[in-house]
Amino acid sequence: MSAITAQGGPRQRSAGGGLLTVATWIIGLGFFFPVLWMVLTGFKQERDAYTDVPRVVFAPTLQQFANVFERGVLPYLGNSAFATLVSTILVVLLATPAAYALSMRPVKKTQDVLFFFISTKMLPVAAVIVPLYVAAQALSMLDNVWMLIILYTSMNLPIAVWMMRSFFQEVPGAIVEAASVDGASLWRTLWQIILPVIAPGLAATALICVIFSWNEFFFAVNLTASNAATVPVFLVGFITTKGQYFAQLSAAATLASLPVIVAGWIAQKQLVRGLSMGAVK
Amino acid sequence: MTTTTANVTAPQAAPGGSRASERREGWMRRGPLLPALVFAIIVTQLPFLATLYYSTQSWNLVRPGSRQFVGLANYGAVFADRTFREAALNSILITVGCVLVAMLLGIGLALLLDRPFRGRGIVRTLLITPFLVMPVAGALLWKTTMFDPIFGIVNFVLGPLGFGDFAWLTSSPLFSIVAALVWQWTPFMMLLVLAGLQSQSGEVLEAASVDGASRWQTFVSITLPHLRRYIELGVLLGAIYVVNTFDTIYMMAQGGPGTSSANLPFYLYQRAFLGFDVGQAAALGVVVVIGTIIVATAALRLLFRSFNVEGQS
Repeated sequence: MSAITAQGGPRQRSAGGGLLTVATWIIGLGFFFPVLWMVLTGFKQERDAYTDVPRVVFAPTLQQFANVFERGVLPYLGNSAFATLVSTILVVLLATPAAYALSMRPVKKTQDVLFFFISTKMLPVAAVIVPLYVAAQALSMLDNVWMLIILYTSMNLPIAVWMMRSFFQEVPGAIVEAASVDGASLWRTLWQIILPVIAPGLAATALICVIFSWNEFFFAVNLTASNAATVPVFLVGFITTKGQYFAQLSAAATLASLPVIVAGWIAQKQLVRGLSMGAVK
Repeated sequence: MTTTTANVTAPQAAPGGSRASERREGWMRRGPLLPALVFAIIVTQLPFLATLYYSTQSWNLVRPGSRQFVGLANYGAVFADRTFREAALNSILITVGCVLVAMLLGIGLALLLDRPFRGRGIVRTLLITPFLVMPVAGALLWKTTMFDPIFGIVNFVLGPLGFGDFAWLTSSPLFSIVAALVWQWTPFMMLLVLAGLQSQSGEVLEAASVDGASRWQTFVSITLPHLRRYIELGVLLGAIYVVNTFDTIYMMAQGGPGTSSANLPFYLYQRAFLGFDVGQAAALGVVVVIGTIIVATAALRLLFRSFNVEGQS
C-alpha cells in the first residue's frame, strides 16, 4: 500500500519499499517470461525444444526462422502489412473529421452518435459473419485483401472516433478563438493550431488501430484462403500439422508478433494515452 | 470540457443570425461527421439486417434449393439447443473470469508501478508485452510451450507439487483459456489504472497525509473514487473484446474437448462454417447480439453517467 503515498512524499525509501521493488521486478519478469521463452525456443533445434527438463543452455541457430521463410511466410506478412496500413489510414481519414464535428458542440445528439459508434463494437462479429461471407461471395471479394481492409476500418472506427474526440476536447478553446479573431481561416486554424495539439493523440489512435488490425484473426480466417491470408492465418498451419514443431512454431510466432511488440515498446507513452482515451481525466 | 468547446464555435455563429447561414453552419458542423457515420451504418448495420432476414429462413448451404421461410422456428431451435446454453454459460464464465481477475491484477500492478524505483520503465515495458503479442501466437505459445503436459513449463514448475503430467487443456480447458486471456489482458487493465493513478493531484494526497489519514484511508476515500471511471472504462472495453474472443479458443482447444470450452462466437462459427446452417447460425447471432446489447447498454449508461458528472462540473 505504500504505493499510494510514494508519489508525493519522501517516505518511500523504506525497507518495505525495497521488498516491493523486488516483488514488482519478479512479477514483471513472470509476465514477460512466456514471451522470452517463445523467442528463445525460436532459436533452438527441435531436439532442444522438447526436453523433460527445459533447456536454457543450447547452441542458438537461425534454422527455424529459415524454415519459416521456406514455408512461405512472406506473402502473409505482405498481406498483413498492406491491410493494416491501408485500414489505419482510412480510419484516421474518417475518424478525425467525425471526432472534430462531435467535439465542437456537445449536445444531446452528440451523445447519441457517440453511443451509436460504440454500439457497433458491441455487435459480436460472429453474428454478422454469415451475411458478410455471402456478400463477399456475391461481390467476388472472398480471399481479397480489400474485404479485410473494409472490415478492419469499420472494426477500428468507433474506438478511433471516441479517442480522437477526447483529444480534440483537449485543444484549448482560447487559442482557437484568438486565431479566429485574428482572421485565420478555418483551414489555417485546423492545420496550424489544432493539428499540432492533437498530433500525439493522432499517433496514439493510429497505433491502437495498427495493433488491432495486425492481430485480427476472425475475419481473416473466415474470409481469406490463400491470396489474401494474413499472418495469423499462417500460424493456424501449426495446429493442423501432425507432429510437434515447437521450435519452428516459436520462430513463426516470434516473427508474427515482433512488429507490433517493437512498435508498442517504442511508442509506450502514446499507447497509454490512447488506451485511457485521453478522456477520463 | 463542455464550456471550452462551446467557445470554439461561438464566434463563428454570432455574426450570422439568418436562417440560411444557420443552416450552412449546421452542415459545416455535421458534414465532417457524415463519411464515418455512413460508412459505419453500411458496413455494420446492413449485415445485421441481413442476419435478421436469414434468421427466418431454413437455409443449409450444402443442400441447394432447400431455402424457405420458416418464421421463428430457428429461434425455437436455438433456445432448445443444449450446446447453445453451454456456450452461453462459457461465454459468461470466460468474460467475467478474465475481466475480473485481469482488473484486480491490473490494479495491484499499477499500484506497484506507481512508485519510483530502479528500472521502473523496464518493468513496465516487460509488463505490457503480453498485450502486444499477437493473440493467435500467444494462444499457440500457451498451448505448446506452457501447457503441454510433458514438455510444458507450467508442469515443470509445478512438478514438485504433484502436477507432473497434468493435461491442462483437456482436463480443465476453461481454466487454461482464462489463464491465457488473463495474461493477455492484465497489461491493458494495468496501463489504464496506471494512467488514472498518475493523473491524481499530488496536492490532494499531500493534504490527506497532512490531515493524518492513513495510507489505507487515503486509498479507499480518495484514490479509489478517482480511479472509478478508469476501472469502469477498462471493464467495459475489456468485456467488449473478451466476450468476442475467438482466436484463443480456436487455437488452444478448438472449443473442446467436445464442446466444453466453446463460447458463443466459436459455436456460431461452427454452426455457420462447419455445419453450413445459415438460418440457425443467423438466429443464434441475433440472440447473441440482443444479449450483448442488453448487458452492454447497462454498462455504458453507467460509464456515460460518470463521464457527464465530470464533464459538466
